[in-house]
Amino acid sequence: MATEKKVTAIKNTPKHLLGIQNLSVLEAKEILTEAKFFIKLNRGSSKKLDVLRGKTQINLFFEPSTRTQSSFDLAGKRLGADVMTMNMSNSALKKGETLIDTAMTLNAMHPDIIVIRHQDSGAPNLLSQKVNCTVINAGDGRREHPTQALLDALTIINRKGNIEGLKIAICGDILHSRVARSNIYLMNMLGAEVNVIAPKTLMPRGIDNLGVKSFTDMKKGLDGCDIVMMLRLQNERMQGSFLPSKREYYEFFGLTPEKLKFAKKDALLMHPGPMNRGVEIDTKLADDINVSLVKEQVELGVAVRMACLKLYCK
Amino acid sequence: MKEKILTNVRIIDPSQKMDEIGNIVIDEKGKIKSIGKKSGTSKSAEKIDLKGLVAIPGLVDMKAFVGEPGFEYKENFRTLSQAALAGGVTSIVTMPNTKPVIDNVSMVDFIIRRGRDKAKVNLFPCASITRQMEGNQMTEFGLLKARGIIGFSDVNKTIQNSELMSRIMNYASDIDVLIMQHAEDYELAKNSCINQGEVATRLGLQGVSDIAEKIIIERDLSLLSEFPCRYHINQISSKNSLNVIKKNKSNGIKFSTGVSINNLSLNQNDIGEFRTFLKLSPPLRSEEDRLSLIEGIKNDLIDVIVSDHIPEDEESKRLPFAQAATGSISIETLLSLSLELYHNESLPLEKIIKCLTINPAKILKIDKGSLKEGSVADICVFDLEKPWVVKAEELKSKSKNTAIENRKLQGKVKMTLLQGEVVYSN
Repeated sequence: MATEKKVTAIKNTPKHLLGIQNLSVLEAKEILTEAKFFIKLNRGSSKKLDVLRGKTQINLFFEPSTRTQSSFDLAGKRLGADVMTMNMSNSALKKGETLIDTAMTLNAMHPDIIVIRHQDSGAPNLLSQKVNCTVINAGDGRREHPTQALLDALTIINRKGNIEGLKIAICGDILHSRVARSNIYLMNMLGAEVNVIAPKTLMPRGIDNLGVKSFTDMKKGLDGCDIVMMLRLQNERMQGSFLPSKREYYEFFGLTPEKLKFAKKDALLMHPGPMNRGVEIDTKLADDINVSLVKEQVELGVAVRMACLKLYCK
Repeated sequence: MKEKILTNVRIIDPSQKMDEIGNIVIDEKGKIKSIGKKSGTSKSAEKIDLKGLVAIPGLVDMKAFVGEPGFEYKENFRTLSQAALAGGVTSIVTMPNTKPVIDNVSMVDFIIRRGRDKAKVNLFPCASITRQMEGNQMTEFGLLKARGIIGFSDVNKTIQNSELMSRIMNYASDIDVLIMQHAEDYELAKNSCINQGEVATRLGLQGVSDIAEKIIIERDLSLLSEFPCRYHINQISSKNSLNVIKKNKSNGIKFSTGVSINNLSLNQNDIGEFRTFLKLSPPLRSEEDRLSLIEGIKNDLIDVIVSDHIPEDEESKRLPFAQAATGSISIETLLSLSLELYHNESLPLEKIIKCLTINPAKILKIDKGSLKEGSVADICVFDLEKPWVVKAEELKSKSKNTAIENRKLQGKVKMTLLQGEVVYSN
């Protein structure tokens, strides 16, 4: 069993999971190995463990979220932690309390883990300097979403056996996407080749320095890819006009069965959700169980988060 | 006051192209009686031996924020002047973005009275270019100037309206007032907090391209060719802007340019993992930009080095980067950090001192920044070699948001004289 392995990588590192950028290859692999065990557990009939019994986990969500929030919620509970989820979009912060004040208040209640999602890049980093418990980043601004990248990696490994040597395309709103950034770091780290495809206005400057090839043409960008990750067009983050219309975007960057043919024959499709059907992805394709890994991503998300909670909460 | 003689001191005064070891004699009125190696002595005078030290004119800082009125918890006249004198700065141009904004005559009277009572340095207050710094209607340039306003600036805001800017220049040209522009196009800079590029992409922050700065400079210099007035670009930050300045200067357009010591000494990589004390405006840019700014000083395309001293309380900085306040305290470390550019052989000493003394004085048309015979003895004495480490808690500003905490510097102010009186020594 995976838990019997003497794992060491995470032991001596800081106890926060703030981003893939801060992880070593060993640490990433350790999380993935640990998560594999939880996949089996989650599929069984008795899902409850007592690894985190007596521990308190606070989910601090400053941005609305369904899948990440419920995934962390479930992960903590299945490990036996006491989980409290705080939806911060309508609370103290509106009364003028700062992130730090909120953090200090919660810190006084002695939590063991704080899972934070925040609209500002770097908010988890700031939080981690001020509290004395584990901080896990559940998405900050457009910077990182480490557990999403880890669950994506696990999903790929589950299907393809390995990530090394694969060619992965990430398409869509790269500029506003933390999922894209975390995936770029992680897939690179695990030995994949990464292409990013986006219209120029949604491609961040300096992206090539992150170790990817950038394309504005789906045909070229998808050529020879094993995995196609589609991103959501993040309308709520867009200030001003980035695109002429959704219709035009779909025409050139929406994934259709025809465009998917540019990739390898056995290419698989991923999407972090929630999907804008008919904007970035053809609705039938999204539901095609032969190519779409979307449901599996959600399933393995719980396993990955269990692994993170377990390994980081010591 | 008794006559004073500063002896055996290396005098560097770019205003009279002086770099020699000699004496400075200060008369009873606090003015320079004689200076240089041929300078005489007098038996009755009080002697101060400054062997091994350097004396330069007291620094003229063209951009600093004093919290009064409205932000006394960030800085006040007393703390600002203490910080300034500890940094060898004897003349400060203060910014009008106080609460209320200094945009009318009664505010000027208040600030001048208050400054005179509480501050021990020469203060030269700026008023805003537009009422409430809203960029809509120009302030009373003529009346304000008559009450003692040295120049006009909307500080960290830019006149976006080109028609208004042309009228400001046109009007200002007639009554000889100095217009100081912060160059940033609002639309291009919207929501940004850092330079655009790899660092912004990695940190997931909204970046701003240097084009936002360049585009305003290009516009203003075009207008300036039509309406020549005393025009100064507060701070530039990029190679691109410098190229525009070079082109226009060679076309004979007359204006002046400043740069913040931060942009000369730091780059975007220093921001590390969200160090909010390095959130500045204009933002820190690439190393290539930094090096080009140094070249700009070398080639006389940039005239002035400013501290861009912006005290901010901890609460305003202890926030996620995008929400945190902009600016750092830097008046006390202005000279020492500038000397780093001498020690690392980026710039000649004389050039650095010029940009901190006579150049700003000339732009402001004030009788400062020089140690010529007859001028007021505002003098900064420093040890060129002394190593020290910047510790925020030891700085005199009320706020402690220094961008160079723990930086090892070489060169430290030993003594500051104001009108011949020793007002600071360590």
